[in-house]
Amino acid sequence: MTSHLAVLTVFALLVSSVFAALMKDSPREQLRSGAMMFAGFLATAIVLGWLMYPLPL
Amino acid sequence: MATKSTTAERASVAAEPGTIALVCLTAWAIPGGAHLWLGRRQKGLIFLVALSAMFVLGLLLHGRIFAIDLQEPLGTLAAVADLGLGLPWIIARVAGAGGGQVTALTYEYGNTFLIAAGLLNTLVVLDAFDVAMGRK
Repeated sequence: MTSHLAVLTVFALLVSSVFAALMKDSPREQLRSGAMMFAGFLATAIVLGWLMYPLPL
Repeated sequence: MATKSTTAERASVAAEPGTIALVCLTAWAIPGGAHLWLGRRQKGLIFLVALSAMFVLGLLLHGRIFAIDLQEPLGTLAAVADLGLGLPWIIARVAGAGGGQVTALTYEYGNTFLIAAGLLNTLVVLDAFDVAMGRK
């Protein structure tokens, strides 16, 4: 598994699951909160990736 | 499915400092173990699966379990974070796993998984403490 996006997706999924379980008590709230965090992780990574795209290495 | 302990159970745990210490030790040693013990089965299973998976993935991605070395402050911080995972950390150290492969493409990814797993388990220990004290 060497794709940055794949590793990032797995990481986001696991971390958002743990945070959702820590922060919310009911399974429905956990699912909603976890899904929001997961989407936030991915969206932030993609937006930041595109913002950094023009920068020289 | 009961996912929470009763108020009476929580009160009895909160009344015994020794038990609270044991709860925290269990939470540190086995990710999710204390939550399972305290009747929070669903949360316990999520912690057990997610944190164990993060630790194993970290090792598979050639991450390194850092040793405490005061000559390397950043490495020491990473070592403290790694230490948060308890029994899996001990097993990996005893088995000689987590040596890390700096030349591997996924070395930094592996480190990130291992460090994040340890830090998240530290939060889980604090959550287990709150549950044992009857605050949650």
